[in-house]
Amino acid sequence: MPGVTAAVQSGSVVVAIGGLPIRLRCDNPDFVRSIEERYAGYVSPSEDAAFDFEIELAPPGTLSKDEDVRVAWDSGRWLMQRGDFRAEWNPATARGRIQQTLNPYSLDSVLRIVHTLLLARQGGFLLHASSAIRNGRAFLFSGVSGAGKTTMARLAPPDAALLTDEISYVTRREGRYVAAGTPFFGELARAGENLHAPVEALYLLAKGPENKIEPVAGADAVRGLLGNILFFARDPEFVKLVFDSACDFAARVPVRRLTFVPDASVWELIV
Amino acid sequence: MKNYRYVARSKAIAARALGDETMVMSSTDSTLYTLNEVASVIWAAADGVTPLDEIVATKICAQYDIAPEVALKDAEALVEGLAGHGLLLLSDQPLVPPGNSTREAS
Repeated sequence: MPGVTAAVQSGSVVVAIGGLPIRLRCDNPDFVRSIEERYAGYVSPSEDAAFDFEIELAPPGTLSKDEDVRVAWDSGRWLMQRGDFRAEWNPATARGRIQQTLNPYSLDSVLRIVHTLLLARQGGFLLHASSAIRNGRAFLFSGVSGAGKTTMARLAPPDAALLTDEISYVTRREGRYVAAGTPFFGELARAGENLHAPVEALYLLAKGPENKIEPVAGADAVRGLLGNILFFARDPEFVKLVFDSACDFAARVPVRRLTFVPDASVWELIV
Repeated sequence: MKNYRYVARSKAIAARALGDETMVMSSTDSTLYTLNEVASVIWAAADGVTPLDEIVATKICAQYDIAPEVALKDAEALVEGLAGHGLLLLSDQPLVPPGNSTREAS
């Protein structure tokens, strides 16, 4: 793939999700190769990076199977931990370390956490939502597992560019909310396209007997949004940032409930 | 018998008025609460220096058709509930220096 080879040098690869380049270094060339394959489409052709992470691969069996994610701010660093990884990141030095197993999804989790922390400072967030660009505008389809995120992605017409079927990247640029593609996928098992567009609307998904769109406003919109924002850190300042972002988003972007029959006809409403 | 007179919003929360409602999120456990119109009035007035009975008299009874004793009893139940979730602080003394208070909450 063009660009990949240029960015993979000396055991490092620069992965840019949402336009934010993060350099990942590892002395295991096979793992670096697996990173470039996993994040194909998001590997930056440039060596420039905003943040550096050193990855240390833990021997099999040295980490636990604990599935709880813990994220805490401690002495100027974010500490991130789950059974299959331990990581720390110092935003001031722009450097971090990850100790993980060979499982590439461990790195996925660390990147999701790092991006949630970065986005919070910029008024953005990661959202449990599929998303797609149509006619130059991005549409978000949010809901819990089983709500229909992947179904909406599968039903997308050919003129829609799929950004993700699982985790949407929402950032704020020049006063507007923009959705960007992510390599984070769900049942579709396919990374989204590395594109971005202004967010036109957020749809809260519900399956039903007919296709129907209803406006959701005020506290209901914020509640629906907050219930689907990825939220790892319980740090008070971080919670306030995410809360404010959700309130601002709901005030600026139309939030609607989309009840839909799982067939392609639903996309006739998404224009 | 209640042992407090003053109520103040905790600093460990994030809050936003949305129309007549107020959304409050605990920053310690991320729990989200929605306050209705009347609760929002009390919440906004909970500046730590205005006694609760004064809030009820000037903000509730002046605007809503409700008997003062009923309103105060309801207000006490509300603030005690919110305090139980860590959203409000209750005290028998003013909770912030009067010079630093903002009587009209944002």
